Amino acid sequence: MSESAADGTLLEVERLSKFFDGVPAVEDVSFDVQRSETLGIVGESGSGKTTLVRAILRAIDPDQGVVRFLSSGGWVELQDMTAKELIPLRREMQMIFQDPFASLNPRMTVRQIIEEPLIIHQAGTASERLEAVRDMLAHVQLEEDSLTRYPHAFSGGQRQRIGIARALILRPNLVVCDESVSALDVSVQAQIINLLEDLQNELGLTYLFVAHDLSVVQHICDRVLVMHRGRVVESGTVDEIFDAPKENYTRLLLSAVPSPDPDVPLKPLDRRELGL
Amino acid sequence: MDTVLKVRELAVDFKTDIGLTHALVDVGFDMPRGKVTAIVGESGSGKSVTANCIMRLVQPPGRIVGGRIDFAPESMDPFEIVSLGKRDPRLQELRGGLISMVFQEPMTALSPVYTVGNQVAEAILCHRKVGRRQAWKEAAEMLERVGIGDIDRRIKMYPFEFSGGMRQRVVIAMALVCHPEVLICDEPTTALDVTVQAEILTLIRNLQQELNNSVLFITHDIGVVAQLADQVVVMYQGRVLEIGTVRQVLKDPMHPYTKGLLAAIPGLAPKGQPLATIASVVGDTDIARPYPLVTLGDGRQVSLPREQVPGAIV
Amino acid sequence: MSDVALNPVAETPASREESATISPRRLIWIRFRRHRLAYASGIFLLLMYIVTGFCEFVSPYGTTTRNDDAINAPPMRVHFFDAEGNFHLRPFVYAYHMEVNEDTWMREYSEDTSRRFPIRFFARGEPYAMWNVFDMDRHLFTTDEGGYIHLFGTDQLGRDMFSRVFYGGRISMSIGLVGVVLTLVLGILLGGIAGYLGGIADRVVNKVIEVLTSLPGLPLWMALSAALPAHWSPILVYFGISIILSLFGWTGLARQVRGRFLSLREEEFVMAARLIGADTPRVITKHMLPSFSSHIIATATLAVPGMILGETALSFLGIGLRPPVVSWGVLLFQAQNPLVIELTPWQMLPGLFVVLVVMAFNLFGDGLRDAADPYSTAAVK
Repeated sequence: MSESAADGTLLEVERLSKFFDGVPAVEDVSFDVQRSETLGIVGESGSGKTTLVRAILRAIDPDQGVVRFLSSGGWVELQDMTAKELIPLRREMQMIFQDPFASLNPRMTVRQIIEEPLIIHQAGTASERLEAVRDMLAHVQLEEDSLTRYPHAFSGGQRQRIGIARALILRPNLVVCDESVSALDVSVQAQIINLLEDLQNELGLTYLFVAHDLSVVQHICDRVLVMHRGRVVESGTVDEIFDAPKENYTRLLLSAVPSPDPDVPLKPLDRRELGL
Repeated sequence: MDTVLKVRELAVDFKTDIGLTHALVDVGFDMPRGKVTAIVGESGSGKSVTANCIMRLVQPPGRIVGGRIDFAPESMDPFEIVSLGKRDPRLQELRGGLISMVFQEPMTALSPVYTVGNQVAEAILCHRKVGRRQAWKEAAEMLERVGIGDIDRRIKMYPFEFSGGMRQRVVIAMALVCHPEVLICDEPTTALDVTVQAEILTLIRNLQQELNNSVLFITHDIGVVAQLADQVVVMYQGRVLEIGTVRQVLKDPMHPYTKGLLAAIPGLAPKGQPLATIASVVGDTDIARPYPLVTLGDGRQVSLPREQVPGAIV
Repeated sequence: MSDVALNPVAETPASREESATISPRRLIWIRFRRHRLAYASGIFLLLMYIVTGFCEFVSPYGTTTRNDDAINAPPMRVHFFDAEGNFHLRPFVYAYHMEVNEDTWMREYSEDTSRRFPIRFFARGEPYAMWNVFDMDRHLFTTDEGGYIHLFGTDQLGRDMFSRVFYGGRISMSIGLVGVVLTLVLGILLGGIAGYLGGIADRVVNKVIEVLTSLPGLPLWMALSAALPAHWSPILVYFGISIILSLFGWTGLARQVRGRFLSLREEEFVMAARLIGADTPRVITKHMLPSFSSHIIATATLAVPGMILGETALSFLGIGLRPPVVSWGVLLFQAQNPLVIELTPWQMLPGLFVVLVVMAFNLFGDGLRDAADPYSTAAVK
C-alpha cells in the first residue's frame, strides 16, 4: 500500500534459491517487504512458501541469493551470517508457527516459554522480565494464571496466543506467520486474525504471512505473492490479485475456492486447459 | 419426505484420564434419501463421532450410551443400527456394503503393499459374489469413473505412487464400488490443496447425481457445505443446534452460533475491519445451554427457547 | 440434563485444573502409579536393593561360615507352636536331627524337637564388618549361642544359603547397575554425537553399532572374560565383567538416543528455540534432553536385567566371577550337578531370585516406558 511504502523497505530478497537433493524447492525468488505492511505468500503444498520464509529467517540455509534486512544497526545480509552472528538479530525477526501443539515445548510452563527469549538475550532483571511476560500475556489476552500452567492445558487457539507472545516479547520488527491460523477452527481463527491485526497496529509490526487459505490472505494482507513450484508466478496488491489476476495459475487457485454462498456455484478452471 | 437414516437421541460418552466426557448428547436428525446432508461443526462438535456411530465404529474409551439410528435401505428390510449385535450379519452388510465411508487421510484407508486395482477389486469381492476377473473389470470401470485416466497402467500402481488427490479418488472408488446406499465422507478434502479439493468436490457432487445415493458429508468448511449440501446439520459440543436446507441455514441462520460461524469467515467480512467472532455475535446468549429442537413451519429446526422462535409449530 | 453435562470438559473441573499446573515429572509419576504391576515391581526392587545393600546385617552368617552339623541340610521351618502344641510368642526353629541312610549313604535330616532355638531379632551374633568398614555384631535375626538357623538350608560345605543368596544378590544386582551406568555414558555420548552432528560421525557410530550387534554375544563375552588376568583381585574382576557387559550393551541405547535426537531436531519447538536465539548447548540441555530423559531412564532400566543375566551366565559357566566371591551366577555354578537338583533343590534358590529380579526389572521398565511421555494422550486430540 502506498502509505506503508513511505515507511521504507525492511527486507529485500534477491534471487533466493534453495535446493533439496538438487531439486529446487525455491528458485530465483525476489521481492521486498515494506515496513508495517502485511505481505501474503500463497501457494499450494509443495509451492515452496514455507521453505522460502525459513530460508529468509535462516532456519534453513539458502543455497543462492541475497536476503537484506534493515536491522537496528543498519542493513545486514542474512544469507552468509554464522549462527553466532545471527543470535542478536533474532530479537528483530521472529516466527509464529503453524502447529500450536508441536511448536511449544510440552515440558515448560507458559512463563518459561514466554520468558525464554528475554533470558537468552539477557533483557532486564528477573522482576522486569516477569513484568514484561505479564504485559505480553495481557496483550495476547490470556489470563494471568496461565503463567504456571503447561501447554497441554490449553486449547489450540490459546496455545497459538502463547506462541504469539513468545514471538513478540522481544519486540521484533519482522514477524513471519507460517500458516499460523491454518490449524485453527473458524471461530478461533477469527480471534487470532483480529489479535494479529491489533498487535500490528499497536506495535508497528511487519508481517510475512504464509497461508494456503485465500480468504484469510485476502482479509489480512496488503500485497500478495503467488507461488507455484518454487517460483513467484504473480505479485501485486491484494485487490489486483483477487479482482484481476493476470496469471493462469492465480486464476486457477481463485476459481477453486468454494464460496460460502450456495448461490455462487463452484466452477473450478481446468488445469489442463490452462496448460498447468 | 423419504428418509434413509433417522438418528434419534444419540448419546456417546468417552471415558478419559480426567473423567467422563459427553461427546454426543441427544443428537437427532433425518437424512433424506438421494440428497447430500452436511454436518458442519468445529473440532469437538461431535460430527465425526456421529458418523462413526452410524458405522458402529465407536471404539473404547468411547461408548454409545443411548439413542437409536433407524436405517431404511431400499434393498433390505429396515433395521436399527445401535442395537445390532456384534455378530449380526447385518452389521457386516452395513459396513462397506450398504454404507461406506471416505476418510480425511486417504493413506490410512489404503494399504501400501497392494496395488490400487487389487484393493478396489478386493472391496468388491468382500461384499459380492463375483469372479476375480469380473471384480477387476468393475474396479477398472470405477477407477475410470472417478477420474483416473490411463487406467491400464495406473491400476497396477501402488498408492504411494499417487498424489494426495489421486489417492482420495481411489478411496472414493473403493467406497462406491459396492453401490452403497449411503456414502459417508468425513472431511475428505481437508488434507488436500484447494485446487484438488475443488476437483474432488466436483467429483463427489457429479457422482452423487449420477448414482442418486445419499451422502452424509462431514466438514468444518462452510464453503464446502454451500457448494455440496442440500441439507445442513449444525453441531456444537456434541449437540445439534440447527437443521435446515442449505439456503435456510447459510442465508438466514437462526441460531446465534450459526450466525457467529458465518460471520467469522474472513472472505465475507469487509476488509480492514475486525472479523466477527462467535463471542461477539453470540453476545450474552449462553450457547452451551441445551434446548430441545423447535420445528418451524418451513421445516427447519433450531435449538432455542420456544419464545425466541417466532413461528414455532412443534 | 444439567448444564455441566453438556460441556465436554466441565465434568471434572478440579482434576483438569490441577493437571494444568502439574510438572511433567509429577505427571510421569502419576501415570506410573497407575501401572500397579510396575509399581509393585519397583517396590520389590527397592526392597531387594535395601536388603542386599545391608546384607551383612540381614544375613545371620557370613558367606564362609560353616556349620559342620548341617551339610546339605534342607530349609528350616519357623514354628510358633512346639511339638506339644504350646504357643510361643517368639518364633523358633528346631535343630536338625541327622541320620545317614544305610542304603544310599546320604544324610537325611529331620527336626529334633527336643532342641528348640528361639529366633532373636536385632541380637548379637557373628561379628562382621559392615561394608568392610564398620565392625558390628548385630543381626536382623539370629538364634541363641549354640543354636543355628538356616532358612534356605545349607550347601555341601554347611554354609547358610540364606546368607549366601543375599550376599550374592549384592554382587549380581549391583553389577547390573554399574554396567548400566557405563552403558548410559557410552550410549548417550555416542548416540548423541551421531544424532546431533549427523554426517560422518553418524555413519561411523552406526557402522560400529552394526558390527557390534552382528557379533555373537556369549562367545565374545567368554573370550574377553577369559582374557581377564587370573591374578586380578575379585574387585577388579567385578569391574572387568561389568565393562565387558556394557561394551556390548550400549548399542541399543545409542540407537535410541540417536533416533530421538534426529526426530527432536525436526520438532517445531526445537526450531522455535533456535529462532529465538538459543545456542546449541541451550537447545540440547533445555529443549532436547528433558524431552527424552525419561525414555532414557526407562530404556536403561530395561537394560539392567540383561546385565544381571549376563553376569549370571558368565559366572555359571565358570568364567565370570569366581569363588570366594559370591554372586547368583557363582551360586548356580555350584549347583550345576544334576544330583544337586534332585537331592538338594534349595541350592537352586539363587535362580529363583534371578528370575524374580529380572522379571521385576522388566515390568518396572515397561511401566516407566509407558509413563515416560506424559503428553502422549494429551497431545492427541
